[in-house]
Amino acid sequence: MRAFVYDCPDAVDEAVASVAADPQAAFLAGGTTQLDLMKDGVWTPDRLVDISRLPLRGILVESQQLKVGALTTMEQLAAEPVVAQRLMFVREALLAGATVQLRNMATIGGNLLQRTRCRYFRDPTVSACNRRSPDSGCAAVDGVARMHAVLGVDERCIALHASDVAVPLLAVDSTVLVSGPTGQRRVPLSEFWVRADEGPSIENVLGHGDLITEIDVPLLPNGWRSGYLKVRDRASYEFALTSAAVALQMDGDMIADLRIALGGVGSVPWRAREAEEMLRGTHVDPVRFEQAGRAVMASAFTVPGTAFKVDLAVRTLSRQLLTMTEATP
Amino acid sequence: MKTTRSTAPAPTTQDEYTVDVFTVVNGAPVQWRIDTRTTLLEALRDSSGLTGTKRGCDQGACGACTVHVDGARVLSCLMLAAQADGRQVTTVEGLVGEEGQLHPMQEAFVRHDAFQCGFCTPGQLMSAVCLLREGRAGSDAEIREYMSGNLCRCGAYDNIVAAVREAAGGGA
Repeated sequence: MRAFVYDCPDAVDEAVASVAADPQAAFLAGGTTQLDLMKDGVWTPDRLVDISRLPLRGILVESQQLKVGALTTMEQLAAEPVVAQRLMFVREALLAGATVQLRNMATIGGNLLQRTRCRYFRDPTVSACNRRSPDSGCAAVDGVARMHAVLGVDERCIALHASDVAVPLLAVDSTVLVSGPTGQRRVPLSEFWVRADEGPSIENVLGHGDLITEIDVPLLPNGWRSGYLKVRDRASYEFALTSAAVALQMDGDMIADLRIALGGVGSVPWRAREAEEMLRGTHVDPVRFEQAGRAVMASAFTVPGTAFKVDLAVRTLSRQLLTMTEATP
Repeated sequence: MKTTRSTAPAPTTQDEYTVDVFTVVNGAPVQWRIDTRTTLLEALRDSSGLTGTKRGCDQGACGACTVHVDGARVLSCLMLAAQADGRQVTTVEGLVGEEGQLHPMQEAFVRHDAFQCGFCTPGQLMSAVCLLREGRAGSDAEIREYMSGNLCRCGAYDNIVAAVREAAGGGA
């Protein structure tokens, strides 16, 4: 691991200034992705600014939303009673997302910023990686691909954003609050990540020194139900092959309104607006569920290792729509 | 299995790459002057000689390095020792009572032969003790799910579940 200077500031402004002043500096939060990448030599900051002691931990419950401090851990958010009452799919995604040890360390802000699990990205001896080194190529496209993306990708990069909790957070139109060298701003999650096919080496809209301080998560209205279905190679402690976050409100046997986002398939967590529009105001119909899934996956770019994900994603969404429309509220 | 040889960075004389850490390990105050890169796992094993905590994968996948920090189970291989400054750390050595008696979870592991080679056992124990505190021993399925961050390459899972179930008061 490359040597680094360690700072542990007490205030957000101080932390932002410290990173902004040094192009080789970076923030450190829960460390569950960062330490791993540093050991592998993929990520080599000269200065680590440890933000884990900043006062950004905790959840403020308001009538229509949660204000989640960026350093709130996955375990803390999963334990919040309002999440179980009004955002069940967020709770389910958190509990399926990692082991207790990781959930006690990993922060919600850090979860949104996690780096791809692509084995070629994580191996510095692989030279072809457009995400690490622009214009160097992509070893995954011709390599062993399985845990890779099929939406928002092309032949330059098929890196997957592997977060679970980001999927339902996107579905409910969450917003992040960012403190940076030029002040504060709000970014909707729908505009936060940059798709690999829009620039493989840029992952999100944050600039150097920008720090997520809070995530504002709208609560689902009373009468809505939600759930997260994760399909994976092992029963527990495994990344999603495909996943579906569905929230909806029924009116008799009609879907009055709904929100859908998919995981395991995109270079960014994937909002399925086409499917929402096709299903809003319609009766429960498994054939239509499948058509809606097909519409979302129509733009898939696949390689031999990931071709299975198109059908699997359609079935994952169809199954979760059936579960949610049949459930009692 | 990787060697258990130390991978802690060699001490440096450059102060800017050195950090002083004050923490409490198993109830006793501890001070480390260490390279900033040192993980909590390395500080515990190499600076404090507490080798009960094991280095398995060293990348957060196996759970052998599980310790408690301020009462919560974490992976000491993915935490900088500097991040433990001012915190309370408990390792498997801290489970035994004042007169050396085994923790009830350790006794349950012995009774159920909940190990083979024993390498993952300290991490299993530290996870299991927290699992009971978290109230997650309601069923075998629940125990399995909430112990899923601790891998056992010998495959002693059935006996581990039995030990945790018994320690939780659910009978043998």
